Amino acid sequence: MQRQLMIKTVVIVATVLICIFGIIGFPTSVSQMEANMQQRIHLGLDLKGGSHLVLQVQVQDAAKTQADQTMESLREETRTRNIIVGGMDRNDPQTPEETDSIQINIHGVDAAKTPQFRNLIAERYPDWTLTPVNATDYRMNMKPTALIDLKRNTVEQSVEVINKRVNALGLTEPTIQPYGDPVTRSQILVELPGEDDPAHVKGVIGETAQLKIVEVKNEGPWKSKEEALGAKGGILPLNTEVLEYVSAVNGGGWYLVNRTPVITGQDMRNARMSNDPDHPGRWETNFNLSQDGARKFERFTSANIGNRLAVVLDNQIRSVATIESTISDSGRINGLASQEEASDLALVLRTGALPAGIKYDQERTVGPSLGVDSIRNGLYSGVAGLIAVILIMLIYYKKAGINAVLALLLNTVLLIAALAYFGATLTLPGIAGIILTVGMAVDSNVLIFERIREELRAGKTIPAAVDAGFGKAWWTIVDTHVTTIVSCLFLFLFGTGPVRGFAVTLVIGLCANVFTAVWVSRTIFDWELSGRKQVTALSI
Amino acid sequence: MELFKQTNFDFLRYKWPFIFASLVLSAAGILSLIVKGGPRLGIEFKGGMLMTATFAPDKPIDQIVGQVRGALDKALPAPPSVQNLNSQNGLNEIEIGTDGSDDATLSRNRQIVVDTLAKLYGQPNSTKLDLNNTGVSALADRLRIPLQTAGVQMSDPQVNQLAAAILAERDRRHGLLTNFDELKSVPGLTPQAMKVLNQECYLAPYTANRDIQIVGPKVGSDLRTQAIEATLLALAGMLVYIWFRFEWIYGVGAVLAVFHDTIITIGIFSILNQEITLTVIAALLTLVGYSMNDTIVIFDRIRENLNLNRREKLVDVINRSVNQTLSRTVMTSGLTFIAVLALFLFGGPVLHGFSLALVIGIIIGTYSSVFVASPIVLMWHDWADKRRKPEPVAPAVSATPRVGGPKAATGKGSVKVSR
Repeated sequence: MQRQLMIKTVVIVATVLICIFGIIGFPTSVSQMEANMQQRIHLGLDLKGGSHLVLQVQVQDAAKTQADQTMESLREETRTRNIIVGGMDRNDPQTPEETDSIQINIHGVDAAKTPQFRNLIAERYPDWTLTPVNATDYRMNMKPTALIDLKRNTVEQSVEVINKRVNALGLTEPTIQPYGDPVTRSQILVELPGEDDPAHVKGVIGETAQLKIVEVKNEGPWKSKEEALGAKGGILPLNTEVLEYVSAVNGGGWYLVNRTPVITGQDMRNARMSNDPDHPGRWETNFNLSQDGARKFERFTSANIGNRLAVVLDNQIRSVATIESTISDSGRINGLASQEEASDLALVLRTGALPAGIKYDQERTVGPSLGVDSIRNGLYSGVAGLIAVILIMLIYYKKAGINAVLALLLNTVLLIAALAYFGATLTLPGIAGIILTVGMAVDSNVLIFERIREELRAGKTIPAAVDAGFGKAWWTIVDTHVTTIVSCLFLFLFGTGPVRGFAVTLVIGLCANVFTAVWVSRTIFDWELSGRKQVTALSI
Repeated sequence: MELFKQTNFDFLRYKWPFIFASLVLSAAGILSLIVKGGPRLGIEFKGGMLMTATFAPDKPIDQIVGQVRGALDKALPAPPSVQNLNSQNGLNEIEIGTDGSDDATLSRNRQIVVDTLAKLYGQPNSTKLDLNNTGVSALADRLRIPLQTAGVQMSDPQVNQLAAAILAERDRRHGLLTNFDELKSVPGLTPQAMKVLNQECYLAPYTANRDIQIVGPKVGSDLRTQAIEATLLALAGMLVYIWFRFEWIYGVGAVLAVFHDTIITIGIFSILNQEITLTVIAALLTLVGYSMNDTIVIFDRIRENLNLNRREKLVDVINRSVNQTLSRTVMTSGLTFIAVLALFLFGGPVLHGFSLALVIGIIIGTYSSVFVASPIVLMWHDWADKRRKPEPVAPAVSATPRVGGPKAATGKGSVKVSR
């Protein structure tokens, strides 16, 4: 019996030491202890300060791009196979929820070529289902598996691009990950610890940077979109569009440009900013082209000397230049107003284009001063609560109260150590969870002690009373812990960030409690009862 | 020290007054909800933009609220809500809230609010940087060249460190500096550097960087549905667990008791005009677990006593069980209540709703375990018993014998007296 007791005690002391090590390491001074703690206990944004952003990837943009590419390709294919097609267009889903409704309409297909047309679609476009509307018209819808892939890939690609952009800004430890299931939710979570002005970061993240260089038609510029349309008789020529040129240095204007790009952002490499030689005090962004892109650009420029080209970023013309000679490997966007704008643009070009647009669903910025205040408040209330509970336990249960207090303190230490070892994040509701654990943990001790008191009153001997107390209270303790843990489980599934922190601390605290309130408390009682002489009274 | 040695209160005798009290409380809460058109929702459920602006303690806060509201009414497309936060940490804090139908509008509103505050209380035309509303990288960038020009030799990382130290000192003072002298103790801030700081920066009398939240409307409504689902699922989970460990009617009794607690807590929140935020929902879910605990402890005792005394009437068993667990119930509730009270008093404004929900909930939860859950079990069993045996088993016979009547003459010869 004595040996068993020794083993138990060693286990308990070892646990305490491991926990303390987990929290503060092997410090040689107070400041190092603080530093160790800061490193091991991961603080949430609401305690550290920083920004928390939830973005929604507009996956319908990617679906529309896919549809556009499919239509281009289909035009080529039908032309090579001599299948006459009247026209094609697609619908325009506006929100991510409408993505699945993407549809291509094809009309005027030569009825004589129906079997060839159907074979073509079946062979070359396996992601789409072809449904005839009548003898010459069809519609194409994306298959569900293809839609799922599209959404997942779009979100994952967006995460990658945003990751690169945010990392290039040199922020500390940002977190960028999908938020929820990418197929059903298409949301991304961005956490920027210590960042208290997310506007700049949002600007960098949010630019789709659909960059392209297009041919400018030899007309215009006009002063407004309506004027431009009017000049063309209300209908634009095939494959053109009217875009605005907003310039800080020249006048602006609306230009008529080719829709199909000569080169896109994919062909660009190595963007960087520099002073604009043509406009002193202003900045420009230079970029190089890939081999493929350089070839295309060379072909275009040599065939269009004297014509103009435009650099279009996110459907807005950023610069217009006349082609003076064949250019093959580089380009520039000039006249940018500030160094920051030029360097942001270079960054955005370097990291590649976002596959779809971004909308911000949610944003929370907690200033570090609020974090400092929250930690202070959390500590004060924690200490106040702990002291009050300890006092009452000691007064009401006398010496047995010491057992409870030791178990309680160990419980708190175990909880904090578990947070450090698991790398779990401590949030303000998490601190509330620790305080609540103190209140609830003491319940187990109360259950046991009240039972022991009852058994003593019923006339049992002291060791028997202690035994019966622990034994009978055990199942009740299990029941109460299971129910609270179940409700925490739902909280964890439903909640986000800070609320999850609360659920996690409460669950860990309760699990630790089963160990401390039953096992540790019992061991201390056993020590008291294990002496040679018979114990005549139990201070409880 | 023992408060409840061997109590013998007949709790269930007074069940009707207490059930009546419960109904009145619930009705009051529900009435308040109906009159006010539902609970007051926090921003995560409603959508919108919420910003906290902190002012120095000597400013007249009501005047400020009026000024800000007036200016924003003109600048924003829809009237904002501006209120004094009354956070007890000794600061003057106001909360500015706007609505918006999408994130672009909300971001724009945020910028409008920031600009309006600067116009009202800051120095928008000054070329200097507002030290109370800036971040580390902006401050470092601002100070780098002037420090060099002033002859202060500092490498780039050193400048960053200095900026971080200055702002850390500001953050220790709730993010608001009122005087440059407060920065005297910052390491690395030599008198020369201090001069540069004075010439490059000024101190606005407020800071709007402490807490900004923007929530799109769609997120809000999604979250509302999720909150209700989570609560209902948690209750269902409990019901199943208790059904498994006891009888189904115990599960029903416990779930009804917890449901009653939740409704009353939300009702009281409505009466007190408190917001239901995400953390409040977390508190309510915790309450569900906690109230179950209480109820289960009593049920456990009832089950144990039923096994020991198979002949005793249910009402007596329940009464005895409640009395036996009374000591534990009061102690645990008392101690948990004290822990939560500490949170409520010292935990700061962010946790205010959370701790209030728990304070109310623990009181109501303890009360419901005794006066709601157990009576339901009792009433069901009584009703089930009456259905099985249409005539009463053994009528309570009074001490004075009846004159005449066949029943008094026959009978089993034993008199059952019920308490």
